[in-house]
Amino acid sequence: MRRSPLAVVAFALAAASLVLPTGADGPGFLFFSAPAIVFAAAAVALFVPPSRASLIALLILVHVAAFCLIGLLGAFATSGPAIGYWCSVIGAWLLAWLAVQRLAALRFKSPNMQRLSNLALPVLFGAWLLILWEIIVRGFGVPTILLPPPSMIAARIAASIPTLWADFQQTFLKAAIAGYAIGCGSGFIAAIVVDRVPFLRKGLLPIGNLVAALPVVGIAPIMVMWFGSYWESKAAVVVIMTFFPMLVNTVAGLAASGAMERDLMRTYGSTYIQTLLKLRLPAAMPFIFNALKINSTLALIGAIVAEFFGSPIVGMGFRISMEVGRMNVDMVWAEIFVAALAGSLSYGLITLIERAVTFWHPSYRT
Amino acid sequence: MTVVALRPKAKTMADAAPKNVIDVNELSLVFQTNDGPVNALSNINLAVGGGEFVSFIGPSGCGKTTLLRVIADLEQPTSGSISVNGMTPSEARQKRAYGYVFQAAALYPWRTIAGNISLPLEVMGIPKAERKDRIARNLELVNLSGFEKKFPWQLSGGMQQRASIARALSFDPHLLLMDEPFGALDEIVRDHLNEELLKLWAKTQKTVVFVTHSIPEAVFLSTKIVVMSPRPGRIHEIIDCDLGPERTLDIRETPKFLEIAHRVREGLRHGHSYDAAHL
Repeated sequence: MRRSPLAVVAFALAAASLVLPTGADGPGFLFFSAPAIVFAAAAVALFVPPSRASLIALLILVHVAAFCLIGLLGAFATSGPAIGYWCSVIGAWLLAWLAVQRLAALRFKSPNMQRLSNLALPVLFGAWLLILWEIIVRGFGVPTILLPPPSMIAARIAASIPTLWADFQQTFLKAAIAGYAIGCGSGFIAAIVVDRVPFLRKGLLPIGNLVAALPVVGIAPIMVMWFGSYWESKAAVVVIMTFFPMLVNTVAGLAASGAMERDLMRTYGSTYIQTLLKLRLPAAMPFIFNALKINSTLALIGAIVAEFFGSPIVGMGFRISMEVGRMNVDMVWAEIFVAALAGSLSYGLITLIERAVTFWHPSYRT
Repeated sequence: MTVVALRPKAKTMADAAPKNVIDVNELSLVFQTNDGPVNALSNINLAVGGGEFVSFIGPSGCGKTTLLRVIADLEQPTSGSISVNGMTPSEARQKRAYGYVFQAAALYPWRTIAGNISLPLEVMGIPKAERKDRIARNLELVNLSGFEKKFPWQLSGGMQQRASIARALSFDPHLLLMDEPFGALDEIVRDHLNEELLKLWAKTQKTVVFVTHSIPEAVFLSTKIVVMSPRPGRIHEIIDCDLGPERTLDIRETPKFLEIAHRVREGLRHGHSYDAAHL
């Protein structure tokens, strides 16, 4: 059996951590169990031939080890973690790396299992990002104002759900979604008009590019002056940010249908509206969805940043700017977490709709 | 009301002229390009009778596709006159007088095969029940029954082109314009589709104008072969091809077939040497 160099190094580190000092106070359960479990996981990785059963065992052991290592962080009252502890951490990390590598190489017959394993990979990646973040920040005693550990952020999220929900409602459900709908909708309609009226294409599109280049920090205070400090001014900023990506993409999409396809409609004596509905809009869909995806991230950024320039005492952007001033960095991170979650969920939702609508596109064909 | 006004006029025109589906008189077309004017078509005279199968053959640049596009009102002639079913090409197009088959199948990938054949019927406002009927009938005509629910990209190139022929036939035009429809297919599929096209032509009694650059294809299919030559695009010779209505692929070995093919080849060569003399 060819042994993976990752497993060999991890085994050496785990063995070293058994004898080297960890720096933890007094012998307790975790004092012994953490290095022991890392060692057991390394032994499985090195000596048991790779199979599904051994991979599952390795995954379980490595995550129990991570759990124990994080628990052990509470036992460094007198001194910081020593060399033995870091050997365990690096060993566990290498083993997790190896496990993910083996999981990625697996091919499942059942499509559901394959989907599950495809989902497991990014989840494991994300989990280890958090585990290492927690261990490094707390192990090295990084000041929480620079970077709080994930556990602290999680505790802050759990404790401030009503505030976070109110902010989310204000910034995402009101400002971002309203602005997104109006911006994308008017961009789409404008594109149809621009496409129909040639002089607008020549005159309006260059000015459109100019407006698209305007910085959000310049637009936002003006919108607050125009529309007041409530969510309407934020929605206006989002409208300005999302209008032109939609306009430009839809105009490009309307030109995407081939000459032959258009001649075909002409031979049928098709009207402008018929050609638009039956040929040009379906052909433009990949472009339109591109704009919808770009705009979904732009809308959230726009709504949050716009709140920096005047807002009622609620909203994600307002909370971020206020809590930074009060040095409550954990609350800032909690808002970042909510924004990231909302952003990726809406992006994912649009991608799902895109797949259903443009199933015929070469990149999605099955 | 315009329809009422037009009808008697169209009728008298058809009565006065011989019953030609297509009449072309001294037609010329000059494209204005960045390199100056290009004589795509020069002094074309042509008559296509009802039920004929006419092929345009010639080297690339001889204007055979352009001539077909003029008939279809996809290009406008610079001078001369042309009538299709006794009307201008534009009127004929608005009245859906012809079905056009392009070099590629040009099926819409977001529509199923049935949906693609339904497309012209939807544009023309034919009710749903009749659409269904016509889709089934025309798919059977091109031997594609059972593929209604497939998407174009799930079919082979030959099947796609057959579906596009079914689409052109779906609204039952009397005139079928085909622009190198089998040019992108391999020879085996091409032979097969040529045979099928002949059967279809015999069955439907349609007038077909067919653009090709293959001599055997032209001789095998046509009742009349129009040999064209380039620069400026013009008709070099019109060859009658009276091989009879019953044709199988075996006919290509007969002396008569070979003789006509030889005449076409000679015609093409003369067209070229004329071109070379000009250079």
